[in-house]
Amino acid sequence: MRLGKVGTGLISALALSASMGLAHAKSDITVAMQLEPPHLDPTSAAAGAIDSVLYSNVFEGLTRFGSDGSILPGLAESWEISEDGKTYTFKLQSGVKFHDGTEMTAEDVKFSLDRARSDDSQNAQKALFTGIETVEVVNPQTVAVTLSAPNGSLLFNLAWGDAVIVAPESIENIKTNPIGTGAFRFSNWVQGDRIDLEKNADYWGTPAKLGNVTFKFISDPTAAFAAVMAEDVNAFVGFPAPENLPQFEADPRFQVLVGSTEGETILSTNNKLPPLDNVKVREAIAHAIDRQAIIDGAMFGYGTPIGTHFAPHNPDYVDLTANSAYDPELSKKLLAEAGYPDGFTTTLKLPPPSYARRGGEIIAAQLRAVGIETEISNLEWAQWLEQVFRGKDYGLTIVSHVEPMDIGIYARPDYYFQYDNPEFQKLFENLTAENDPEKRSELLKQAQEMLAKDYVNGYLFQLAFPTVANAKIQGLWVNQPTPAADMTAVYWEE
Amino acid sequence: MSVLFHSRTLLPGLFLSLVFVAAALISLVWVPYDTTVLNIANRMKLPSWEHWLGTDQFGRDILSMIMVGARTSIAVALVAVGIGMSVGVPLGLAAAARKGGWLDEVIMRANDLVFAFPSLLIAVMITAVFGASALNAIIAIGIFNIPVFARLTRGAALSLWNRDYILAARVAGKGPARISMEHILPNVANLLIVQGTIQFSLGILAEAGLSYVGLGAQPPTASWGRMLADSQTMISLAPHLALFPGLAILLTVLGLNLMGDGLRDLLDPKLRRARV
Amino acid sequence: MPNRKSMLHYFLKRLLSLSLSLVAASIVIFLALEVVPGDPAAYMLGLNAQEDTLQALREELGLTGSIFQRYLSWAGGLLVGDFGVSYTYRTPVSEMIGDRLWVSLPLALYALTLSTLIAFPAGIWAASRRGSAADASVMGVTQLGVAIPNFWFAMLMVLVFAINLRWFSAGGFPGWDAGFFAGMKALTLPAIALALPQASILTRVMRSSLLDTLGEDFIRTARAKGLTKGQALWRHAVRNALIPVLTILGLQFSFLLAGAIIIENVFFLPGLGRLVFQSISARDLIVVESVVMLLVFAVIVVNFAVDMAYAWVDPRLRRRR
Repeated sequence: MRLGKVGTGLISALALSASMGLAHAKSDITVAMQLEPPHLDPTSAAAGAIDSVLYSNVFEGLTRFGSDGSILPGLAESWEISEDGKTYTFKLQSGVKFHDGTEMTAEDVKFSLDRARSDDSQNAQKALFTGIETVEVVNPQTVAVTLSAPNGSLLFNLAWGDAVIVAPESIENIKTNPIGTGAFRFSNWVQGDRIDLEKNADYWGTPAKLGNVTFKFISDPTAAFAAVMAEDVNAFVGFPAPENLPQFEADPRFQVLVGSTEGETILSTNNKLPPLDNVKVREAIAHAIDRQAIIDGAMFGYGTPIGTHFAPHNPDYVDLTANSAYDPELSKKLLAEAGYPDGFTTTLKLPPPSYARRGGEIIAAQLRAVGIETEISNLEWAQWLEQVFRGKDYGLTIVSHVEPMDIGIYARPDYYFQYDNPEFQKLFENLTAENDPEKRSELLKQAQEMLAKDYVNGYLFQLAFPTVANAKIQGLWVNQPTPAADMTAVYWEE
Repeated sequence: MSVLFHSRTLLPGLFLSLVFVAAALISLVWVPYDTTVLNIANRMKLPSWEHWLGTDQFGRDILSMIMVGARTSIAVALVAVGIGMSVGVPLGLAAAARKGGWLDEVIMRANDLVFAFPSLLIAVMITAVFGASALNAIIAIGIFNIPVFARLTRGAALSLWNRDYILAARVAGKGPARISMEHILPNVANLLIVQGTIQFSLGILAEAGLSYVGLGAQPPTASWGRMLADSQTMISLAPHLALFPGLAILLTVLGLNLMGDGLRDLLDPKLRRARV
Repeated sequence: MPNRKSMLHYFLKRLLSLSLSLVAASIVIFLALEVVPGDPAAYMLGLNAQEDTLQALREELGLTGSIFQRYLSWAGGLLVGDFGVSYTYRTPVSEMIGDRLWVSLPLALYALTLSTLIAFPAGIWAASRRGSAADASVMGVTQLGVAIPNFWFAMLMVLVFAINLRWFSAGGFPGWDAGFFAGMKALTLPAIALALPQASILTRVMRSSLLDTLGEDFIRTARAKGLTKGQALWRHAVRNALIPVLTILGLQFSFLLAGAIIIENVFFLPGLGRLVFQSISARDLIVVESVVMLLVFAVIVVNFAVDMAYAWVDPRLRRRR
């Protein structure tokens, strides 16, 4: 039996290589990224690396993100929304099969959504599902999702990697053997090095153009540079060292794509810790910061300045950078007015990414110029989560908030900035309940302005997402509306 | 003075070491440029008359950074050797005085245990617990200096305990603690100085390694290892950013090693076998 | 033949102290990691995790019992060869260690082989021409080799051989599936970086122990019997000089196994050191505990074996320790 399997595998491999030889088309690709997934279940961890490998390639949800951030139909072919906005009826694509050969039906959808919102759920984004009251199987091709209150962002929520449809029988081993419905199936994982995917011949939709995809994990920026230069990898998504991009741009072998992300990079400020609880002090900090110097110094020019917590590529974005323009003299004046003519000392705790470490050194120097001394400590992520995020034991920190449309975190007074403004909380409540797009847009603009006016955090820049690839590769995502390296439309140019 | 010229290595070693010690001391009162002020527009400049070793990725003067970095390296390594000596030497003396007893056994087993731990991993663990800082780098390096000095002292002291003059002292009624202090310690001092120089140079290398992986002194304090780590991605753009801090480490360690060799020849020719 | 009874007595005594050392080591390691701040569950579930989700995960990972219970279940598992299951990867730690050993072990052996191949001829050559310019230059080079920070040397090699000349890839490990030579090629630059300081030390040991034996009586006797200096060196001195050299080699091997962590990082090799490094950042403490314990175990057992071998050869040692 076992021998037979190996035998047929060998034959099909021979047939495959023979057909490849005839076609002369390159069908394999090696894509590098910085972080390795801890395991392969996107529905039970926050690690973006899991989605980077599996989103849309292996796992699909009812809806999905396009590269431009739009919401597209996924496993749901279409949907209807009831009059009261509380019931969504999804019609599923027909002929969808999981990689283990079983059919994907409404039962699997119900199972997946119920699993994510259950009491013992380990879903890192459980809040996405809180409004869901029931999930009902209407027939094998139809599912009805009923909400406790209308929620304008349900289709958006269901597009997240944490909301993908999984097969009930695969849960036990999902962390090492993910079984989804996507255009690629998981084939092999060499821990510490790479993950291999292969084309799913039974895919329900447009088949992938590539045969095999290898994701290689290279965390060290120097090694990343060397690996691309030596053409050990065909593409590097999320290239970690912006200082090297001009060299790739100058080299005809490569193309450089610089896309946008949902990452607002901010100088998070502890709004309850004196003297940072004083809005004048926070305003002084805002004017002490030279954004362009940070973007040039830390990101080598890649990044868009922001003046509030909102992504500039969003149509509702308001440019408020002038509100916190670089003006050290004004900053000193404000400090004196606030009662700190000689400045003060606070902590600056920095997580590992280079935007934080380099940006931190630059901000420390800029703050020193107006009299504010900072004690820098470089933390690992686990320490940052413990001390800063959960313990709220910090003055300032730098971090990129990469979740899409996350302005709602300012309505949570227990969030680590500890921004407690009832006016903003009320505004956000109205926003959630509002379904009219025009009114929503108006409320969103008000929210952005309120945050800028309160100088809750120092708003630095929108993180850029650089991809370096062989010049002949087409179809890569440019932007990162969600962590993903969607390979389903990628091909080699002849 | 002429004694300095007996060894071929002592003088060059002393010279190199003194250059870096001088750089560190001078940096306390004066550096060519303030290393806490950044100038992004003037970054990654090649060596010139204004900046002898060029400028780094934030436009800081590399010569000034190396001078301040010398201070960090020397301070960390020196204190770590101090910890190793001040704990290790008394332990070694005590173990030798109580040779074969339970105290000796416990001290030597504890020594073996510390030796058995992979040192860098322990350093990583220490910083995971207490956070990365120069102080924790000192502790991590210092701990592994303790068994080195304890073993060395015990070994040397054991051979002395059989000497006639020690016997005489015992007969005269001196206790083991007093004998250790008055007769043993002065006779192992030369050995300790030589070993101290070696541990000092190893400490410089260890500090560089720790701050290279981000576990040493934190910015804005300059440190050689972190200068190397920060310049790593720019090595193909501006190799001088990585070249000069690396050379600084190399020359300092080389100087200390040469000095150690020279001192060994000078202080105790018989030791030539003991060390390689 | 050494006295059997005293040998057995010594063996048992040392075995007892070996077991006590291992128990002490396991307690130290476990307690050290107990106080490491950071919650593995929080690390895995990220910024938006809810408290009930975190609690569910903690229970699944077995993080909710008392310290004593958890120590016993970990240490008890070790005794029967069960290293536990990784929090993040959810695979048995023993499998992960097995995979990583296939990188770390060949790398350590490769580096050791290189350093021996350099050090033996260089040491013999320098010793046989003691005081000459050749001797001085060998010794000078070894001074440099000891003083050079190996990660810096590795960076320079990547710049020259991987980025500029493109003879080697800059790092990574294709796996032994890709073939023996592909694997060895990937380990070549890291092995050179590791071997350089080791070769320098070994050359110096080789030279000085050769010089020591050359000064001893039996060599003089051999010379008196008409052997040339070269013949005496080859037939007698080299063999006798091997004992200290082998001791150093043993030490270097265990150092290379655990100490390659920085070099593994420079070349992003999936070895044991980097596994520990990554696991500490991810607070995958069960992996850290088990790997560190394994390394400590290896060193203690090697030391024990060396002590036993010495005691067998030289009975005086039994009384001394």
